[in-house]
Amino acid sequence: MTRIIRQAALPWLLGGVGILTLLLFWWAWLGPLDGLGRLGNLFTPQATLASLTELLRRAELYEHIAASLQRVLVGLGLALLLGIPLGLLVGASHYVEWATTPVFQFLRMISPLSWMPIAVMVLGVGNKPIYFLLAFAAVWPILLNTASGVKQLDPRWLQLTRSLSATRRELLFQVILPGIFGNILTGVRLAIGILWIILVPCEMLGVSSGLGYYILDTRDRLAYSELMAMVVLIGFLGFFLDALARIAYRRWAKG
Amino acid sequence: MTSPVLEANNLMLGYADGAGWNPVLEDFSTSLQAGEIVTVLGPSGVGKSSLLRVLGGLQSPQRGDVTLFNQPHKKPHPRVAVAFQDPCLLPWLNLEQNVGFGLNFASQPVHSTAQRKEKVAHALEAVGLTHARRRYPKELSGGMAQRTALARCLAREPSVLLLDEPFGALDEVTRGEMQALLIDIVKARHTAVLLITHDIDEALQLSQRVLLLGGAPATTLNEWSIDLPYPRDDHIEALGLLRIDILKTLRHSSRKVTNDLIKGDLACA
Repeated sequence: MTRIIRQAALPWLLGGVGILTLLLFWWAWLGPLDGLGRLGNLFTPQATLASLTELLRRAELYEHIAASLQRVLVGLGLALLLGIPLGLLVGASHYVEWATTPVFQFLRMISPLSWMPIAVMVLGVGNKPIYFLLAFAAVWPILLNTASGVKQLDPRWLQLTRSLSATRRELLFQVILPGIFGNILTGVRLAIGILWIILVPCEMLGVSSGLGYYILDTRDRLAYSELMAMVVLIGFLGFFLDALARIAYRRWAKG
Repeated sequence: MTSPVLEANNLMLGYADGAGWNPVLEDFSTSLQAGEIVTVLGPSGVGKSSLLRVLGGLQSPQRGDVTLFNQPHKKPHPRVAVAFQDPCLLPWLNLEQNVGFGLNFASQPVHSTAQRKEKVAHALEAVGLTHARRRYPKELSGGMAQRTALARCLAREPSVLLLDEPFGALDEVTRGEMQALLIDIVKARHTAVLLITHDIDEALQLSQRVLLLGGAPATTLNEWSIDLPYPRDDHIEALGLLRIDILKTLRHSSRKVTNDLIKGDLACA
């Protein structure tokens, strides 16, 4: 029993050691930066923690977090709306797969941020270009995982469903979609990681809310300890979102 | 004699070989009456499972045709239930949901949710799995999974039940119980059953008719009618004689196939 507890606790313990080592490196790295004088002190873990505690008391911070999370959700929603049907088509038909693979691989390899000027020109400043860029970044893992899920579907499930005289709609909603749900969740988890990375630079352009905007704001105010606090917070929130996606996968991806 | 529920006429099954078809099973014909259990017996590789798919409307024969209630039968029909060799349970549904799977499909007779639940409950009770109804497939033993697959067929109350070695993974006791259950269902609901197996004893215990497939390409080597009451434990002698006759026919056929192959090899040399 003790051994089981020890085995279960070990990953957490080692994870904690990893975080502490990171903090130690952070702290040790700023030591030799004496040349920065008082400025250097603003980047230390101690100053960052103090600013973070102070920031967490401000309602303003939560408004920025809410704005960012809303953009992630809209981006993810659009990516799901587009990625799942396309993925189903690609997975179900070799012809569609052959016709679309080069296009998708070409588009996928273009950094979504490189569309930013065009997105702003076409959609104007505000949330719309951000939604577009986020959806464009998140659609690929969802599309490709959905397609691969369809290709890996157990042919016996399809045979069983046919033997029960299912319509196409029944086949789609009662077998295919539940059967590839785990793949879709894997796509969502990957998409969330990408969305969170793309979000911050996206919010540095043409909006006055969100975590990316707030980073620029702290820089303009020369509030460097707040800037570091925001960097840490972005990391924490990303970690939390990924953990949620992992929990969802474990909870719902039966098989 | 009433008209057959299901009828197969001169079926030929095979696989594509260059420009034509390489036959696996040839000239298969049979008919299935309501309340009758017919067993198709034969060694592996004679196309038994493909034959079952053709009779279930899941696959087209290379030649011949199948009729259901005197109508051409070319696609799955709601009155025909198929239990495959593999239980084929859906992993995201629990046992109860697996048994009820398909009952709400548009092709099925319309039933209220309460009626569907009742059908599932009855089917689960019949196969003795009521206690495990909330379990998921990965929590079931092989035998329980097979019984669930059978319950899924029973819940639909089909007119024709096509079974592909459904008791293969069961232990002796459960197998006996399931065979008795099948006989009860046929008696109570007048279901026509076609059972595919390679187990001679199972065929003798259950069927009113046994069709033996063999040879290369396979054909119906012989057909036996068994007019004995159930349960047949008291008729061991009669069944034993039939068993010997079936084995003899099978051995004679496989010897002939081997001789033909040797002759073919010699001719090539």
